[in-house]
Amino acid sequence: MARRYDSRTTIFSPEGRLYQIEYAMEAISHAGTVLGVLAKDGIVLAAEKKVTGKLLDLSSVKEGGYGGSGEKIFLLNSNVVAGVAGITADANSLVNFARQAAQRHLYLYNEDIPVELLAQRLCDMKQGYTQYGGLRPFGVSLLYAGYDPHYNFQLYHSDPSGNYSGWKATCIGANNGTATSLLKQEYKDDITIEEAIKLVLSVMSKTMDSTTLGSEKLEFATLTLDPTTKKPKAKIYRPSEVDELLQEQGLAKKEEDDKSA
Amino acid sequence: MECSFAITGKGYVIVAADTTAAHSIIKVKLDEDKIKTLSPHLLMAYSGEPGDTVQFAEYIERNIRLYQIRNTYPLRPSSAASWIRRALADSLRSRKPYSVNLLLGGYDTSTYTPHLYWIDYLGTLTEVPFGAHGYGSYFALSLLDRYHDPEASLEEGLATLKRCIDEVSKRLLVAPGRYKVKVVDKDGVREVEI
Repeated sequence: MARRYDSRTTIFSPEGRLYQIEYAMEAISHAGTVLGVLAKDGIVLAAEKKVTGKLLDLSSVKEGGYGGSGEKIFLLNSNVVAGVAGITADANSLVNFARQAAQRHLYLYNEDIPVELLAQRLCDMKQGYTQYGGLRPFGVSLLYAGYDPHYNFQLYHSDPSGNYSGWKATCIGANNGTATSLLKQEYKDDITIEEAIKLVLSVMSKTMDSTTLGSEKLEFATLTLDPTTKKPKAKIYRPSEVDELLQEQGLAKKEEDDKSA
Repeated sequence: MECSFAITGKGYVIVAADTTAAHSIIKVKLDEDKIKTLSPHLLMAYSGEPGDTVQFAEYIERNIRLYQIRNTYPLRPSSAASWIRRALADSLRSRKPYSVNLLLGGYDTSTYTPHLYWIDYLGTLTEVPFGAHGYGSYFALSLLDRYHDPEASLEEGLATLKRCIDEVSKRLLVAPGRYKVKVVDKDGVREVEI
């Protein structure tokens, strides 16, 4: 009888809680960390990859595609990049839905979908799964980093219940409490994209389990405005570019560490 | 016969349309407003088959308003134009198409620029510095080729519009008598007298 209110998403417990939603959120707090920071001239997203290992075949993601390894950071539209935390299979389905919603908007209105609208579209769908019976909610939180002419650069977070909110800097996934308090201390209004990249990498290096950062554990993306066209330009870093960036910031693995390991 | 003109200038769009409601060879009304305010910074002049015009304009007006209520901010002029073009293009391919020509003038509050779109009943959409529909267009377009200035002040713009209206009154056999003129700029929509 203890599991009476656990088994159905659509039923409130006597304390007025929806357990399945809370469990979904719990699932997310064990997932790899995703961090987003809003700067005045762009946005930075970074994510910790959990599925790693010597035997994992990454050859397909080294060259092809639009960058990244396709585990945590996705391009939703030309003006929105998203980082996901939670059940990867659920995330893939949401990413697919988001891309279709963005294209539908483009078809109807001949403009890139406004960022908040895209977040709303996904949240409407997520909310539906907390209300209609027999279904399990999406075990996914997303960070949306986007640009539109209405509010320029924006960072949104959405959770399995279908709530969404805008942030200057935020974090989802494992250790999000530590990361958030670090961001609170370090974040300043009007930071530049370069400072934001530094901030994100330093917070990531402090919150991740491993002592050294590398492309096998980290996904990284930025969204800026192209200086000539004034259109948003998303850049999801390829593994080699992530390593290069870490080298520049002095956070990369040292050669001696490699030999001793 | 029905005439509508629109011209852009420095930070504004002027939209003008005649105010005659005709039935066969009879003028039945002389103060009909054929320019709808679709959103705080968007104007639409409509002309064409009587009945179709009002029906279609109201359909557009309400859908643009619905978007604004749902999404807290209004559609930008370029997006609204694309959506309206789609509505006409879909209608053209239905059993009974709307026969409506439009001039859509708007001020984009996110880029601070005025925009004017010329749309016809076949679903043609073009962004233009000035545009016209009806028999008046044969006179107005050549005048505007000569006198239009995208950097003109509102007073100069209204003077250019006056030139067009006067020329149409002078030369067109079936020239309308009165016009309604509306302006959209950073402060929104307002009616002006010429």
